[in-house]
Amino acid sequence: MVVVGVAAALLLRSLPLLSTFSLFELWGGQVWQPMRGLFGYAPFVAGSLWVTAVAMAVAVVPAVFSGIYLAEYVSERGRGLLKPLLDLLVGIPSVVYGLWGILFVVPLVRDWIGPWAEQTVGDGLPFWGRTSPSGYGLLSAGLVLGIMVFPLIVAVTEEVMRSVPREMREALLSLGATRWETTKCSVRCVGLPGILAAVVLGFSRAFGETLAVMMTVGNVAQFPSTIFDPVYPLPALIANNYGEMMSVPLYEAALMHAALLLLGVVVVFNVGARLVIERLVRRIR
Amino acid sequence: MKQVRRRRVRRALEEQCFLWLMRLSLLGAVGVLGMIVGVICWRGVGALSWEMVSSLPEGGFYLGREGGILNALVGSLYLACGATVLALCLAVPVVFYLHTYASKGRLRHSVRLALDILWGIPSIVYGAFGFAWMVSLGVRASLLAGILTLALVVLPILARTLDEVVEMTPVLLRESTLALGATRLEWMGVLLRQSLPGLLTAILLAFGRGIGDAASVLFTAGYTDNLPDSLLRPVASLPLAVFFLLGTPFPEVQARAYAAALILTAIVLGVSTFAHLSLARLGRYVIR
Repeated sequence: MVVVGVAAALLLRSLPLLSTFSLFELWGGQVWQPMRGLFGYAPFVAGSLWVTAVAMAVAVVPAVFSGIYLAEYVSERGRGLLKPLLDLLVGIPSVVYGLWGILFVVPLVRDWIGPWAEQTVGDGLPFWGRTSPSGYGLLSAGLVLGIMVFPLIVAVTEEVMRSVPREMREALLSLGATRWETTKCSVRCVGLPGILAAVVLGFSRAFGETLAVMMTVGNVAQFPSTIFDPVYPLPALIANNYGEMMSVPLYEAALMHAALLLLGVVVVFNVGARLVIERLVRRIR
Repeated sequence: MKQVRRRRVRRALEEQCFLWLMRLSLLGAVGVLGMIVGVICWRGVGALSWEMVSSLPEGGFYLGREGGILNALVGSLYLACGATVLALCLAVPVVFYLHTYASKGRLRHSVRLALDILWGIPSIVYGAFGFAWMVSLGVRASLLAGILTLALVVLPILARTLDEVVEMTPVLLRESTLALGATRLEWMGVLLRQSLPGLLTAILLAFGRGIGDAASVLFTAGYTDNLPDSLLRPVASLPLAVFFLLGTPFPEVQARAYAAALILTAIVLGVSTFAHLSLARLGRYVIR
């Protein structure tokens, strides 16, 4: 109910904008100039998608591996030690992640990864030719964001893998399969939708993350041509402009519409993923 | 024979390969956690002083003169405490109703799903939502609005954690309580006592999350250099203090941002560790 309430309120506030422009104009528009009354979300949506994609590319494989490891290999004692550590990773405020990004990841990208990419792969690979010398950009934000969503994916993967019935595992082991083969089989036969759901949950968390991204992504509204380019994701757009939005007509409505867009994407993904997980866990039981 | 042996070696090798990959990724995550804490400590400790945490920012604070971030510290505590208490007032009845009066099945599933979805909504959306309300009601940024918005952020965390804890109570306990002729309300009392350690953990986790959340209070609570003296005045908060101090061009002011981040991290990690320890400690007095 609260979800509907939030959506309704945001919709109500963004109505003035919707009555002026069509959805197609808004979502496909390339130019964002509130002073001239142009509100095109395309660069921001693209920015959000890109940052999230980089984050997922960084996080998914290690996170899924860690989740499987926690569920299949670690003893009860070891799990009791490791899980609180991952919980600590969840608990760190996003502004601290952002600060860590500025202090560590941005210099890393600027002084090491950037020059290295320029010298070795450079233009050979798509998206790796270097253009931004500041270090603030897609890659930095993606790395920070990847670390932030890591524990979430681990937790969900582990939950799904642990719901695989014991009998199945025992049957496989008694047939002479190694532990890894057992794991492979239970992932393939049972856990795959759940792991996909975990990835989707991570994606939607990353999509809505605000401060850490805003601090490291560079905030330039453009379509990135390389992985070092700065972009401007949707949440950063909302957070950066709240101060001035009362003075320009339709500006507030435009930002509320951005929030609505964000909400829509996240809720759809969440509902889908949660339903898959719930069904999976219940079916196995 | 030779073929069989070779295949066995290959299988063992594959096992070892993936085992080390998995260990490596987990180790990497723990290493990154250590590194984050390390970097924040290393950069923050230099600027940390008693003055930082015990005085208000003075005239030239943002230019590098004396002052502290007491306003943000106190403001954050007010915001997080208020939001946690408010969310608690909502979460406890809902969860306990679900586990005593509501029939198993549909309702519980849908409430859980709703809470999970609420948990997934980014806090900036809550911030925008709170702001939309404030504009239509004609209120300015204030402590009250901040608390209300933050309560929305914290509510699903609190309710879902509590739900998990209450779920762990053994069925036998419920059956024997009811078999002794207890009413549902009395069973609720037993359940409450049974899940007190978990309740404490949930409160602490929610508090830790609330104090670190910046995007939702950015719109709704505002920022000020004074201590909060009324519910209807703007209030500062630690994450925003870090953010704003970092935005200044002077290195010595930025160092203060590192110190503020160190304080924030210390609070959050302390609360989180305490939550886990208290669950392990107090959990011994619970019937399993």
